[in-house]
Amino acid sequence: MSAQVLQVAEVEALSPLVTRFRFVHPEGEALPLFSGGAHVVVEMPDGAVLRRNAYSLISDPLDGSGYEIAVRRDEAGRGGSRFMHAEVAVGDLLRVGAPVNLFALDLRARRHVLIAGGIGITPFLAQIRQLIRLQLPFELHYAVRSRAEAAAARLLPDLAQVHLHISEEGSRMDLGEILSGQPLGTHVYVCGPEGLVDGVLDTARCLGWPKGALHSEAFLAPPPGEAFEVTLARSGRKIAVGPHQSLLEALEAAEVEVPWLCRGGACGQCETHVTSCSGHIEHHDHWLSDEARASQSAIMPCVSRFRGADLTIDR
Amino acid sequence: MTMRFNDETFRGDYTFRNSPEAVRRFPFPFDQDSYMYSVNIEPHRKTRAGSVFEHRFDVDEHYVAEMRDRAITLERDPLRCQSLPHMELAGWDFLELVMTSKAEDYPELFTLNRDGDRWHWINRPLGIEQRFTFLDATTLPCGPMEYITRQTQGDHALLDQRDGNLWMDAGMVTAQADWSLDFDIGMNFFEWHAPVPKANEMGVFQRALKFLLNLQQGAPVRRLNWTMTVNPRLDTSPETYPEWGPEKRTVTPETVGAKQHLRVELQTLWRLPRSNAIAFPIRCYLCALDDIVTVPKWGRRLHRVLRDLPDELAEYKGFAVNRGVIVDYLARFDDGAETSPGIFPD
Ligand code: FES
Repeated sequence: MSAQVLQVAEVEALSPLVTRFRFVHPEGEALPLFSGGAHVVVEMPDGAVLRRNAYSLISDPLDGSGYEIAVRRDEAGRGGSRFMHAEVAVGDLLRVGAPVNLFALDLRARRHVLIAGGIGITPFLAQIRQLIRLQLPFELHYAVRSRAEAAAARLLPDLAQVHLHISEEGSRMDLGEILSGQPLGTHVYVCGPEGLVDGVLDTARCLGWPKGALHSEAFLAPPPGEAFEVTLARSGRKIAVGPHQSLLEALEAAEVEVPWLCRGGACGQCETHVTSCSGHIEHHDHWLSDEARASQSAIMPCVSRFRGADLTIDR
Repeated sequence: MTMRFNDETFRGDYTFRNSPEAVRRFPFPFDQDSYMYSVNIEPHRKTRAGSVFEHRFDVDEHYVAEMRDRAITLERDPLRCQSLPHMELAGWDFLELVMTSKAEDYPELFTLNRDGDRWHWINRPLGIEQRFTFLDATTLPCGPMEYITRQTQGDHALLDQRDGNLWMDAGMVTAQADWSLDFDIGMNFFEWHAPVPKANEMGVFQRALKFLLNLQQGAPVRRLNWTMTVNPRLDTSPETYPEWGPEKRTVTPETVGAKQHLRVELQTLWRLPRSNAIAFPIRCYLCALDDIVTVPKWGRRLHRVLRDLPDELAEYKGFAVNRGVIVDYLARFDDGAETSPGIFPD
């Protein structure tokens, strides 16, 4: 994957848990532009482990002077977000991949309805700048529990079609109301906790929205779990996967090449054939079909794990 | 280096000619003495000074004449250029890519001055000077894709990416090897590939699609494809088949060397920044057999490839009727000597 070394130019706490980072080219060169909803993969040399985490770009897609991301500190996670919060300071150099978009706006839409929960606001911060620039009609709903948690509130433009819903203050988001009465040709985009994503998709389906008009960002951070071992069918090697390491990271550490794009179980690039399995694959992806999952014939190494006696994969 | 542009035609009297230098840089597509359909994709990076792979968008001696031929085709059939409304942003992305590449790669031919969104473009070979506002289509004489592809050799498709698939939602297609934009517009990757024989196991296409969906900004790729065309004709579209189809019957042992052309497509694929679409330029190069055989390695190799090609492929590539005549002609230039690896002349 093509990555370039960028310099951290700003670090700013947006809320007790969320921090904004701005990256610029060390020699001030312009960075490639991107489309709203794109993410970059940031490489973090965390001790002996090289972590690569994907973060949505939140800055203006048409501004090549820098890339900005917002990282939520996840205490239970594998350490990527903790590394960003604890170790990264202004002036540091980090490798950042080229922007990739797996959650693009459908520009055929007559109107765009964006629904975010919590940190799920990040892809929309770039998308609304793109929508404003293209003069396309949209509305944004940003749901948070408390005002203190509304990390992105001050990054949002002051526009009538931008709505902040704070459940603690009694202004809960009403999906039925948002999704009914939208004109034909409207597309809806949702990003946030699984409950919100399911809620939006279910409500939209009940209201008769066509499937092609529904878009959700199904990104996950790779969950930690118990250590396990895999056997590589092509070489016979055995690879150990640590509790805070993903199978993909373990393969990379062992210099086994696996294609990837999202590192979050959504894009399908890392799909790996399982040649034998006695035990249980913990599938965490949004990619494999139910049949592939049940038959344990494939695994997505970026997010999924294993528990049992033997897992042999075609790598 | 100053470039000379040929005054030539790709229809009617067919005065198209390759200079000896153009023959030497022809992208001969066979790197060995036999041919198998494959996806054969490689990074599109600067390769070999003087070759067609040297620059991002190759400009050669046929540039001005090809653009004139495109204008004639468009005049007769405006549907050769179509862009669904949501593709305008991709059109701007592509215009930017071509203008910045050409101005950098051929400073003596093209100049681009940018002051924020106010752009000033000079195309010397075509005598064009245009001031316009980037992202404001009302400041150009036509849409951005049409504007730039009227000034860029090769056909062009712009592919929208959504629902895990690619959709041919815009294009400028006046030099196609027997396919139709008007037919394919709005189709997805699997639909527009439907007629390829032999590679019909879905697996090949699924892998190719997966590869393309993964295409990254700043990392364009390329591949060569080939077919055979009688007479140096760019517009071999299904729509005009009655005009060029019968010309296949004019090939005789006496005329084959001059009339029969190897037609090579240099296909490149580019991820576009603002729209996340993929640009797919398909650049066509023509070379008469008489010219091919001036490179002894190519004469030998082309003979072996065409002689041993499976019948279905000759049929699919549309030259089965003339295959005997072509192979007999080429046999005279094949002394059985070994050929060196790779596509370039010795
Ligand atoms: S890298 Fe995208 S699914 Fe694994």
